[in-house]
Formats: sequence, structure tokens, C-alpha cells
Amino acid sequence: MSNSTQSRDATRQVAERTMKRVNASLRKRYRAERRFRMYGILSVMLGIGFLAVLLIDIAGKGYTAFLQTYIELEVYFDPQVIAPDGALDEETLRMANYNSLIRESLAYLFPGATSRSDRRALGALVSNSAPFQLQQMVMENPGLIGQTARVTLLASADADMVMKGMISRRVPEAERRLSDMQIAWLDTLEDRGRVEKHFNKAFFTHGDSRDPEQAGIWGAIKGSFYMLAVTLVLSFPIGIGAAVYLEEFAPRNRWTDLIEVNINNLAAVPSIVFGLLGLAVFINFFGMPRSAPFVGGLVLTVMTLPTVIISSRAALTSVPPSIREAALGMGASKMQTTFHHVVPLAMPGMLTGTIIGMARALGESAPLLMIGMVAFIVDVPKGLFDPSTALPVQIYLWADAPERAFVERTSAAIIVLLAFLILMNSLAIYLRRKFERRW
Amino acid sequence: MTATTLLLTVLLLSVAGFVLGRRRAFTVADARGGIRSLHSLPGHYGLYTAIWVGLPALLLLFLWQSVEPSILTELVARDLSAEVLELPPERVGLIMNDVKNLVAGNIVSGEISPEIRTAADHWERLESGFRWSRTILIAALAILGFVWARRFISPDLRARNRVEGVVRVTLIACSTIAIFTTVGIVLSVLFESIRFFQAVPITEFLFGLEWSPQIAIRADQVGGSGAFGAVPLFTGTLLIAGIAMLVAAPIGLMTAIYLAEYAPRHVRTVAKPLLEILAGIPTVVYGFFAALTVAPLIREFGESVGMNVASESALAAGLVMGVMIIPFVSSLSDDVINAVPQAMRDGAYALGATKSETTRQVIIPAALPGIVGGLLLATSRAIGETMIVVMAAGLAANLTGNPLEAVTTVTVQIVTLLVGDQEFDSPKTLAAFALSLVLFLVTLVLNVIALQVVKKYREQYE
Repeated sequence: MSNSTQSRDATRQVAERTMKRVNASLRKRYRAERRFRMYGILSVMLGIGFLAVLLIDIAGKGYTAFLQTYIELEVYFDPQVIAPDGALDEETLRMANYNSLIRESLAYLFPGATSRSDRRALGALVSNSAPFQLQQMVMENPGLIGQTARVTLLASADADMVMKGMISRRVPEAERRLSDMQIAWLDTLEDRGRVEKHFNKAFFTHGDSRDPEQAGIWGAIKGSFYMLAVTLVLSFPIGIGAAVYLEEFAPRNRWTDLIEVNINNLAAVPSIVFGLLGLAVFINFFGMPRSAPFVGGLVLTVMTLPTVIISSRAALTSVPPSIREAALGMGASKMQTTFHHVVPLAMPGMLTGTIIGMARALGESAPLLMIGMVAFIVDVPKGLFDPSTALPVQIYLWADAPERAFVERTSAAIIVLLAFLILMNSLAIYLRRKFERRW
Repeated sequence: MTATTLLLTVLLLSVAGFVLGRRRAFTVADARGGIRSLHSLPGHYGLYTAIWVGLPALLLLFLWQSVEPSILTELVARDLSAEVLELPPERVGLIMNDVKNLVAGNIVSGEISPEIRTAADHWERLESGFRWSRTILIAALAILGFVWARRFISPDLRARNRVEGVVRVTLIACSTIAIFTTVGIVLSVLFESIRFFQAVPITEFLFGLEWSPQIAIRADQVGGSGAFGAVPLFTGTLLIAGIAMLVAAPIGLMTAIYLAEYAPRHVRTVAKPLLEILAGIPTVVYGFFAALTVAPLIREFGESVGMNVASESALAAGLVMGVMIIPFVSSLSDDVINAVPQAMRDGAYALGATKSETTRQVIIPAALPGIVGGLLLATSRAIGETMIVVMAAGLAANLTGNPLEAVTTVTVQIVTLLVGDQEFDSPKTLAAFALSLVLFLVTLVLNVIALQVVKKYREQYE
């Protein structure tokens, strides 16, 4: 009896001692708990913070590129300059010295600028493309000759940068691309209401250019579009075909295991390696042209196929076996079961996977560098075999350019690229939400 | 007819074949007492005809397109004068390029000699002849296919089985493309690498400490001696990838743990897609950000505390690459953490463990193989990442472990060696392929190990 009381006491003592130790350590443990939790919150905040900084930085650098500075001038279309010998044939109109018309008009506004160098500095406020604008106006309407018209001309990139405050006036004159005098002229022009900012249409309609104020992304967008079209046309059917075979028909053997290992590996191979494949196989072996969107599309197809196949297979597995059994029970062949019932039910998932693969292909640039899509190409491509660049490659090219004005254009191009990506991903999410089925 | 119109014509003929074949099936069925006497559905007979019309013609077209240029070049080159043919093969190739440019109406390099002009005329004659024969042959093949198929259509023809057989073969072909891609990658990289290793010994490439691939083309030019020791590239790659993993591994892992174990549902639904956006941003954008924002920031900061930081420091590229990999690590870890059975958590709670103790001492050890696999995959991605380092890391090979100095990586060198003008025989160009071979093999090994580890682990709990 006393023996059992004794042992109960001993147990209680042990329990009390344990409780004491537990209670003593509790505060420390709770503190560790809170600390751990803080680390987690901190990590999430860091990740989201990075995202915010990245987006704000790029938006802040790029939004100015959507507006462009223009200078309004009164240009006298001097017959003496355009056609000194009086003949108004097309050749004369094309070759006329429109630049001097612009210089005259500017000199009229600033009579103080008389020396040659001053007048050249004055002319540098207006874009190189301005004479072509006048040329086009005169060629379309020769009646302008001998008259004075108010013309809105594109300002040069440096003038644009000053007006947008990107070239600081406080920087010493020697380190600035525009002199004090040029800035003073610009201010005078602005005071007289001759400097305006308009929506930058050229950015969306022009191809690349060495002059930042004339450079646009239309050529790159079209190049990207052609490439994505090729990629979509090839990777969607091939990817679905492969997924259907592997999921519905393939026997489990070494051969299919090999295919599976291959697909999983290819999904993780660095993208630049696909570029080398394109260079060695499509360009050097098959002799396809360099810089062509068609070859780019082929390379991107090879690169996105694993993604498309993996997501299509996931979509196929999610179709319950009862559907297949019911179709087979009704006397459908295996092929009919698959293509009449299983594939249509899996289609939303397959489409989502394909769109996500396309979005990845749209942002990809490393393999395209390998197949020569980094060339400086002014013309907007008109077909699958015309030399062209792609939107991300254009961003890469502009990021390398030394002019200050290309920084805002690069950022603006990034904004456009991100907008396309957001559009595609939202489409994928919408499709998934709309057609998703829980079995 | 151009190849595109020919392709469209064949497709149209194929559609016509479908309609006619289907109608034919109805006709033969009527003679036997109605549609029920057919073995397959009428549509299957249509498809059967369409396949006979389209498939052989398309295969021929494809074959023709792939061999025509080389045959044309061969035929025209054979007719060049004897003195041209005695020139070395590269020169003949250049002349043939002039001929092709002349035919295409492009700008030709240098003077157009009469010989090139005759060759171009010859080319044009041959090409138009080829065009005609191609059109006729393919049209004939399509029609022949139609006649052939039509003759076979009878109620006993097992059209469905035939069609399904063709479809099955097509599906198999689709799925073998993955194998062809791998073989293509290996072959294209391997051949050039072997040629490279004939010029530069493999031991020098793998263990040499100096990398300066610029070789003087002419003897009187000043140029590097052409050293091909890739160790500085490997260390540079590892340095940048290491910095990236130092950023991504803890942040990604803690994010995954927080989102899986702690976060309330509404935080999870907001934070997770936001982090996925990081993974969806193209790498050029990160490269731009690293080169124009992060690198100057680090440099300024370094200067303010009196350190000398290179403007293309490894730190900037590594940090930004780490940010890019965070969602990759977190989503892979998230998967494995969620795969740990709830019973294990409940067991730990029942013993009085706090949440963090459960996570650290039960869940992480249980999920460790999966997490390690995920980290390996992330490392392989960091090693193969190109655009960030091309834009933000240096070009000159620099054997250093200091993250504040500029280093170059394997991918940067591949890009700089292969972009722009290149001759395909110089060791400089071939070196890019040798580097790619190393890159491919390293990432392959990492991927295989990682996938095996992840797979094994998944099976454990399923």
C-alpha cells in the first residue's frame, strides 16, 4: 500500500519537475515560434517587394516614352530652295534640300543665331526625320510650294530628353549633350507655345532606328507575332498528339519510359541550348535563312513542346476513366473514345497549358540570339522568311544602346511586352476558371 | 506554283477526296442494301480517301523541298568553268552564294562576272523546270491516290481500322519528336565539340586557367594568343549561380513554409499568384533591371563605404537571378511540403510541439529529398540562365571569388562567340559548342538526379 503511494508520489514529482522545465522553456519556445513566423512573413514580403520595385522602376522609367516632344514651326516652302530651276518633276521634289527650309524657319525665329555652328546647333533640336516629313508633304501636295505652313515636326531625342527632364540642366555644360544655348532656345520655343507633347504614335508604328526618336517596336511586334504563329501551329497539334499517345495508347515499356525521361529533361534544358540546336540543324544543316521568324518559330516550338506535352498529359489524366469505359461500352473504338470524348473534355486544360507555353515563348530571347535575330533591322517584316527581330530581342538591343533616350524606350517596350504576357496569362486563367470541371 | 499554294492545293484536293470518298461509300452501300452493310461509318471511307490523296503528295512535297536546293546547287556548280572548279571549295561556295543572290535579286558582293550571270540564268531555267515538274508530279500523285482509294472502297473495306492505323502512327511520330530533339541537340553540339578538341586538347580546355578566345585573323594583327582554358568561366558561373542560390534558397523555402503552414487562406490566395508573376517575367527584363538599376545601386553603395565595386559585378547579376528563382524554389518546395501527410503534423502537435518545431523537426526532414531535388533543379536553371548574365555580367574572363568584381559565365561566352560574324572553322566559334556541351551535360546530370530524387520521394507518400 505505502509502496504504491510512494511510487505515485515519485511519479508526481517527476511530472512536476517536467512541467517546471516545460514552463521554464515555454517563453523561449514561443519566442522562437514568433521569430520563425516572422522569417516567413519577411520572405513573402521580400518576394513581393522585389516584384513591386521591379515593376515600379520599369514603369517609372518607361511611361515618359509614350509621349513625344514635337516642335511647331512655320515653314516657308521656298521655291528657290525646292526647285531652283523651276522644274517641278518628281525627282526634283524628292532630292530638294528640305533641311535648309527647316534651318531657315528656325533662323527666322532666332535671328541671333548667325554663325554656321550656331545654325547647326539650332537645327539639331529637330529630328533627322523632319526633312523627310516635309518631303512627303510636298510630294503629296506640290501646291504647298511658295506658301507658308505651320508644321509640327518631331524634336530630336536630345531636345526630347531635356523637355522630359531626363537631361538635367544642372549638369555642367561640357558633360551634357545639349549646350546652354540650345536649352535656352528650347525654353524660348516653349514660352512661345511651340513645343508640344503628343502621344508617341511612331513608337507603335515604326521599325527599329538608330535615332531614338524614330525608333519603334512595330517591326519587333510583327516578328514576334509571326514566330508565335509558327510555334502555335506546330506545337499545339504535335504536343496534343504526343500527350494523347503517351497517356491513352502507349504500352508501359522501355521505349515509352525513354520518351518520358526525354520530355522531362528537355523541359529543364537551358533555353540557349535550343538556340544552338537551331543554329546547327536548321540553319547550317538544312540551310534555312538566318534571322527569319520561321526558324525562330521552329526553335521556340522545340523549346515549348515539353511544356505543352506535360500540361496536356495532366489534363488528360484528370478525365475520369468512367468516361472512357462508358464510350467503350457503347461500342466506340479506342480511337473514337479518345477523340470524341476524352480529348474534348481535356481541351480546356490543354489550351491553358498551350497558352502558358506560348507566353513563355514570347518572353524568350536567348535562343533567338543564336539564330541571328539580333541584327539591326529597320524594315518591318512582311512574311515568315523576312529578316526580323522579336520584342524581347529588341529590348536587349536597345538596352545595349548608349543613348540616354533609349532607356525610356527600352522600358516602354518592356511595358508593352509585359502587357502582352499579362493578357495571355489572364486568358489562360479565364479559360481555366470557365471550363474547369471537378469530377 | 509556289510551295505554299501547292500545299494549299493538296489540302483542298484532300478535302475533295473526303467528300467524294464518302459519297462513293453511300453508292456502294446502296448496291448492297443500304448503309448498314458498310463495315465502317461513311465518314471513315471519306477519311480513307483523303489520306490516300493527301499523305503521299505531302510527303513528296516535303522531300522535294528539302533536297531541291542542294541538287540545284550541285547541277549549277558542275557547269561552272574548269578554272573556277579548281578553286578551293570555300571559294566555289562563295561564287555559288553570288549566283543565288543574283537569282534572288539581292545585292551581290563585288562585280558580276559573265560567268556568274550565265550560272544565274542556268539556275533560273533549272528552277522553273523543277517547279513545273514538281507541280505536275504532286498533282499526279494526288489524283493517283484518289483513283487508288476509290477502287478499294467497298462495303467490306475496313476503312476505320485503316484510318485509325494511320492516326496511331502519326501520334507515335509526334511523341518521338522529344527523342529526336535530344538526339539533335547532342549531335549538333558533339560534332563541333570534337572538331574543337582536335585543335585544342580537352585537358587544356577543362583545366586551363586562362580564357581569351580572340584569335588574330591576319598575322600582322594585334590579338590574343587564343587561350582556351575554361576554368575562369566555370568559376564565374558557379559564383553567380551561388549568389543566386544564396538569395533564392532561404527566401524561397521560407516563403513556401509560411504559405503552406502559417498563412491564412486569403493571404495565400493573394501572395501565391503575385510570386508566380516573378517567374513569368521574361529574363531580358531582369537583365535590364540588373544592368541599369541594381548594378549602379551596388556600385554607389560600395563607393560610399569605400569599396571598389566593378560596374558589372557578379553580385548584381547574382542577386537579380536569385530573385528570378525565388518562385521556382518556393513552388517546388510548396508541392513537397504539402505532400507530407497531415498525420505526421498531428502526431507532432499531439506531443506538444509548436508549429515551428513541427516544421523544423518533422516536416522539413520528411520533405528534405524533395526540397533538395527542387534546389538542384533551381541550380541547373541558374547555371543555364543566359540573358541576365549577358546583360549584367562582364565579358572578360576573371579567375576570382570576389563577388564585387566582374566575372563572365559559360552562357555569356557562348553568346559573345556565336553572335555576329563567324567562320565555322575557327576554334573560336567551335569553342562555343564545346562550352555548350559542358553546359548541356552539367544541367542534364543535375536534372536527372533532381527528377529521380523528387520522383522517389513522391512515391514514398502516395
